[in-house]
Amino acid sequence: MTKTIPDVVCPFCGTLCDDLEVVVSDDGKQLLEVYNACAIGAEKFLHSQAEDRLTRPRLAQEDGSWKEIGYEEAIEYTAQMLANSKKPLMYGWSSTNCEAQGVGSEIGEITGAVMDNTATVCHGTSLIAVQDIGIPHCTLGEVKNRADRVVFWGCNPAHAHPRHMSRYSIFPRGFFTGKGHKGRKVIVIDPRKTDTANVADVHLQIEQGRDYELLDALRVAFKGLPLPDVVAGIPKEQIYEAAEVLKSGRFVIIFFGMGVTQSLGKNHNIDEAIAVTRDLNEYTKAAIMPMRGHYNVTGSGAVWGWQFGFPFAVDLSRGFARYNPGETTSNDLLRRDEVDSVFVLGSDPGAHFPFSSVKKISELPSVCIDPHQTPTTAVCKLHVPVAFVGVEVGGCAYRMDNVPIETRKVVDAPEGMMTDEEFLEKVLGRIKEIKGE
Amino acid sequence: MAEFIIKNGFVFDPVLGIKGDKADVAIKNGKFVETTELSNPKTIDATGMTVMAGAVDIHAHVAGPKVNTGRNFRPEDKLFNCTPRRGVERMQGGFSVPTTFRTGYDYARMGYTTVMEAAMPPLYARHTHEEMRDTPIIDQGAFPVFGNNWFVLEYLKNHEIENTASYIAWLLKATKGYAVKVVNPGGTEAWGWGLNCENIHDPVPFFDITPAQIVKGLIEANEYLGLPHSMHLHTNNLGNPGNYTTTLDTFKLSEGIRPNSKFGRDQVMHHTHVQFHSYGGDNWGNFESKSPEIMDYVNSHDNITIDIGQVTLDETTTMTADGPFEHHLTELNHLKWANTDVELETGSGVVPYVYSPTIKVCAIQWAIGLELALQAKDLMRVFLTTDHPNAGPFIRYPRVMKWLMSQQSREEMLTGFKNSDKVIGATHLMNIDRELSLYEIAQMTRAGTAKALGLAHMYGSLKPGLEADLAVYDFNPEQENAPETIETAFGNAKYLFKAGTQIIDEHKIVSNGNKRTLWVNAKVNENPQVMRDVKEKFLRYYTVTQGNYEVAGHHYVPNPYVIEVDATQ
Repeated sequence: MTKTIPDVVCPFCGTLCDDLEVVVSDDGKQLLEVYNACAIGAEKFLHSQAEDRLTRPRLAQEDGSWKEIGYEEAIEYTAQMLANSKKPLMYGWSSTNCEAQGVGSEIGEITGAVMDNTATVCHGTSLIAVQDIGIPHCTLGEVKNRADRVVFWGCNPAHAHPRHMSRYSIFPRGFFTGKGHKGRKVIVIDPRKTDTANVADVHLQIEQGRDYELLDALRVAFKGLPLPDVVAGIPKEQIYEAAEVLKSGRFVIIFFGMGVTQSLGKNHNIDEAIAVTRDLNEYTKAAIMPMRGHYNVTGSGAVWGWQFGFPFAVDLSRGFARYNPGETTSNDLLRRDEVDSVFVLGSDPGAHFPFSSVKKISELPSVCIDPHQTPTTAVCKLHVPVAFVGVEVGGCAYRMDNVPIETRKVVDAPEGMMTDEEFLEKVLGRIKEIKGE
Repeated sequence: MAEFIIKNGFVFDPVLGIKGDKADVAIKNGKFVETTELSNPKTIDATGMTVMAGAVDIHAHVAGPKVNTGRNFRPEDKLFNCTPRRGVERMQGGFSVPTTFRTGYDYARMGYTTVMEAAMPPLYARHTHEEMRDTPIIDQGAFPVFGNNWFVLEYLKNHEIENTASYIAWLLKATKGYAVKVVNPGGTEAWGWGLNCENIHDPVPFFDITPAQIVKGLIEANEYLGLPHSMHLHTNNLGNPGNYTTTLDTFKLSEGIRPNSKFGRDQVMHHTHVQFHSYGGDNWGNFESKSPEIMDYVNSHDNITIDIGQVTLDETTTMTADGPFEHHLTELNHLKWANTDVELETGSGVVPYVYSPTIKVCAIQWAIGLELALQAKDLMRVFLTTDHPNAGPFIRYPRVMKWLMSQQSREEMLTGFKNSDKVIGATHLMNIDRELSLYEIAQMTRAGTAKALGLAHMYGSLKPGLEADLAVYDFNPEQENAPETIETAFGNAKYLFKAGTQIIDEHKIVSNGNKRTLWVNAKVNENPQVMRDVKEKFLRYYTVTQGNYEVAGHHYVPNPYVIEVDATQ
């Protein structure tokens, strides 16, 4: 007999779909089928069943080979590394639950670490913009129930958040949106002709890196003031028309992604995009939302917010929390040789940081906690595989609209494996012993 | 558990009627007991000091999504005030929106041991509970918001009180909530379309109901259930000149309704931060205090309680589920604005604000809050708050006490304002010579708030059998004290006990305590219609499934204190 578990939460992207159904074997050890998930989400669940999965920590040897060790030894190694560092970098935290993030924070406090998450190379610029100008925001259900104007700016949910359009933004019928996608006008702003652009009513194929100009032009157009003939590669007629489409909506939502946050202008682009949204609130109702990537990057910003007051790049090395992006952000620290060890949990900087930063990680004492083998585990000295959060252990995660949802355990982890939280608790206990607390 | 005797202090306890008499207080097994029950107690010498029960804050915004937005979008709120980990204390930071750790420690330092989070969006209940879990020492509960909830709007449109009550019971359990909170009824739903309900008879767009119907219906549903606390209201038209008429209209909705609760409260409506709702004039030029009209009503109607929402003249961070008000505020001050609308339930906004003593309107607001308290005939029904952090941060409570207790300190303020004459002309404070006593302060901060929350059986007094929450302040009421000493002493408790555990010793925090989360489990008769409505709403309109909505106990509410209510009869 098999069991079907309903309401399973997908621990892949910030869409955090919570309507998955997972079929498991009667003994709860084997995961057999995943329904309702997108291809990426389903693969994440099924990957936990991979036969070649590592189940014990392994330590890099001088000759480049790996030696399997026990969890106790891995805890001792990690605790010694962090306790003996002057300024460790504790990076990641986006693919784990809030409970583990909370324990990690206390380790960071005791060891004087810099705590940073994947926002540092993703939506950190959005967080800075919010500090500049605020953010008119809403939950995804407001989009489903009210939005009749939907903008995707510099993002491609068709590939990065595959169920976003069907669950929340384009296709669903809500309380005030009974016609579904027929009642919505969709504008995509992207230099590429993406699969998302293919389903849009309007695709403004903007020149690469000219987002700020186009956003500014929209604000001018809202007021009916004159524009140059072409802005950012878009004829002014199209800009006036787009402005009118937005102003005439009952509820406008702007989703934006890394195409705007990490292109020229960075946080200034987002400042301007939020200003566009603020302006629209003079005429109608409008909200804006970052398309957060990892399923719980939002949660790590929330946990650090209530514990330290800052959403990323939190430097605890002076004994109290400091925040100064550009100074206390991971790549800046690594490339200036300002950290003396690196601890990674719940992300893969090896795949996403510049090569110069990855090289620094490879030269420093380093530990990576990750159920998978990744480019990061390949360069760290110690790799500790752990249970999959959201598959083999539950815990709280925050959706891209900050809504917290509790992920569910659906199968047992391979025997003897630890969870992130358990491993961190043990490391915390050992560090307290070393530090005499 | 250790036994303690707190000897020889000046005790203030409105429940026991003790007005500064010297007395000994005994603690055993986490409760107050008669001194004769102690066998080998540790002695705390409180000679020359003030002893009171731990204080209970009826209304503050200290946990949850809008609070965290306030923290994360204001790095400037943490400039020069981050403190390191030391002893049992975790790292702390923040002024108007402190981190959770600072929140717990700062409340404890003021002698507060119980604090209610005044607005919890149900969809974000997990977040609120995670923050409360990480707030040390103080017991907390959170009020889910109901005034713009689609279930409530649809039931009350047809005056379906029983269905509303069933839904309230279901939502309190799902969110582990404590009471029925209402914020700008109907107006926040209207804000979903960029609109508002500016008075209690403005129809809510698309829902065929008015704020008056929502408020009255929720009072009735609250009494149908017999919840510990009454309906807790922030009414329409907050912050606008001339809004006192809306406030009086709202008060009148409670007329003729008596409490139906076994928890000892006398009110059916708690109206919060009334300072923001007591304005005369019709523009900012002729803005003036209408506190006498408001207090005349409150003084003559015993089924209402209020808190003052005292402006403290600081830079702060405003935050409320009154979404349209925050948009209005950002239009006014042009500072940054965060807004979140929450599907089917509520909305919210956050805007920084500077209450400058050089601005006439701010100084008038400051005076109105004090006038409300100083005109109160019964301070068991009028409570001290700053609507933290909206009118000012909670750490200013001792300063508010100073103003309430010292006419000299008030007059120094009034005469020192840049627009002194105009402020004095638009307010009544200069003519009030009343100085509140410590007994009355204990009513406003302990006995009264505990009673209004339906928690008089646990908090607010030193009566044997109650939770041993006790604060000792380095303040001798028999001496001639300069006004400043009030603020210094009451912001820095010398000793503090929470449920019998010593938290502060010689002004130093020595324990993180064993904080609890209070929530209300109301049992109601089975109601298939409401359960069917819940199921349908989740299927069609929510973006989380019903199966993932309820806040499970374990790590969100690791140390619950559940108050059981039986409304099945």
